[in-house]
Amino acid sequence: MKKNNKIWQGDRSKYPAFDEYGNPIIDLKSHKLTKLWHGPNHPGVTGNMSLELTLSGDEVVEAKTHVGYLHRGFEKLMERRLYIQCFPTCIRMCVPEADSNEYVLAASIEDLGGIEIPEAALWMRTLILEMARLQILLRTVPGQAATLSLGMGAQWGMYLRDLILDRFEELTGGRIYHMFIIPGGVRGLLPAGFKKRMEENLVEIEEFIDKIEDLIFTNAIFKKRTIGIGYIDPSWVDKYGIVGPNARAAGYSRDVRKDYPYLKYNELDFEPYVGKNSDVFTRSQVRKHDLIQTIDLIRQILAKVPEKGDIRAKTPNVLHWELPKGETYQRSESSRGEYGLYVVSDGSKYPRRVNLRGPSYTHAVALLEKLLINANIADVHSIMVSLQTCPPEIER
Amino acid sequence: MKEIIQDIKKRFNCTDEVEQSKTQAYITVQKELAVALITHLKDIKGFTHLVLLTAVDWIENNQFQLTYMLNNPTKKIDLGVRIFIDRETATMDSAHHLWEQMATYQRELKEMFGIDFPGSPRLNEQFILEGWDNIPPYRRDFDTLKYAQETFFPREGRETNDPAEFMKKKMYPDEEK
Repeated sequence: MKKNNKIWQGDRSKYPAFDEYGNPIIDLKSHKLTKLWHGPNHPGVTGNMSLELTLSGDEVVEAKTHVGYLHRGFEKLMERRLYIQCFPTCIRMCVPEADSNEYVLAASIEDLGGIEIPEAALWMRTLILEMARLQILLRTVPGQAATLSLGMGAQWGMYLRDLILDRFEELTGGRIYHMFIIPGGVRGLLPAGFKKRMEENLVEIEEFIDKIEDLIFTNAIFKKRTIGIGYIDPSWVDKYGIVGPNARAAGYSRDVRKDYPYLKYNELDFEPYVGKNSDVFTRSQVRKHDLIQTIDLIRQILAKVPEKGDIRAKTPNVLHWELPKGETYQRSESSRGEYGLYVVSDGSKYPRRVNLRGPSYTHAVALLEKLLINANIADVHSIMVSLQTCPPEIER
Repeated sequence: MKEIIQDIKKRFNCTDEVEQSKTQAYITVQKELAVALITHLKDIKGFTHLVLLTAVDWIENNQFQLTYMLNNPTKKIDLGVRIFIDRETATMDSAHHLWEQMATYQRELKEMFGIDFPGSPRLNEQFILEGWDNIPPYRRDFDTLKYAQETFFPREGRETNDPAEFMKKKMYPDEEK
């Protein structure tokens, strides 16, 4: 395993001196350093966040993450809403993968309210979460190559993602926000012919994976620009709160679906893919294997999902539902890693506090600021996208 | 989980333990012993993963509740450590030396709840808000609706009109009522 600064080293003739703690002394008046704002309007930035970079030549000396461009105070707004009214707010805390939000909120309400979910609803929820993972991975796996100007795979991925959004529309009525998971269960069962159409889409996606293997993962330029770049030391995993594919690429088998089985994941046959080298290339490979695994999981779920049965447990009237006093933390495995919600109830109709734990909170701030030091400026967005950051979950 | 709770109850005078599920529990500890307890849990009991740090505003008791959600990845259990601090002084010992991301959580709590963590790096740098001059917005006594109405309204072109009256006035301005 090689660190990025061993492979590439910038011109150090103008590199600043270090202070007694080993940090570079940033003196912009010395005219040796350049301050550069990377974002918020930048094609290489995922979502609305910016990086304040201090450069020595083309080497990053210091990086600071700036968020706040999307802040709408979701957590505060939810304190003034009935639990059922929290759903349209909660799902917007991560737009590309809204179903994880729905699930963790519903699971928190059910845990506090002591509600058991019917079998068919558990299977439908598992299906929805895996479909959400599939559509986002179709964007992010080829999207990594797009950060290095290899955009063709990303365009193919967007087309295939649209096919999955068609299946979402057929199942739930919505393409991006679905509101399919509700307290006590789900809103419906599979429509007639859904399995056949889904299988056709999955076959097409498998062909796409073969194509991106040739286009991206065996591409000499992609390998040269990603192997050894953005190296995360495995000892940082707990120190920085690294989860999901980023932790798996560093050799840790961390997957909420396996470690804390929820819904029907303990009845599905899968093993999380664990990488070794912990660089941008390995993280892309982990996500590609996640994509292959998700296709397999969707097939397993479709073979087992009941076609009939109760889809919703009996719950009190949602307009007058007062949850017992208490607190809970419910987690799920999103495509980016552990995604959880901490809900505190004071016994009233409104949540006392809702707090989201999104993987980007640590990945895009503390970790990214550390990873970018000594990186080449041309690798900044590649490293950032490899962490799969999602700014709305930082500034809820 | 029960053994761990019994042990820390003895050592750190923890109270109010609640077992939410087989793998998740909550306990309350005094403010003075909190960082020592969290360090003990991290270094001795294997709670190496910091899941989150957040605050709950119990305005009626004049208290803030800080919740440190810790996870033991080996035993696969979660422990929520609750600390109640006075709402007026709102100060807590910093634990930024334990996890790298802790400073970000503390910076957010300073901005959103006004809770001070002396010694925490970049604590006073703006995180989410820019040029904020009101009370910290996640406190219960901050009225979001009132603030929005005062700050963003009235705005030209956003008046509410009766459609029938509005069109009548626009199309037949000379016609008497």
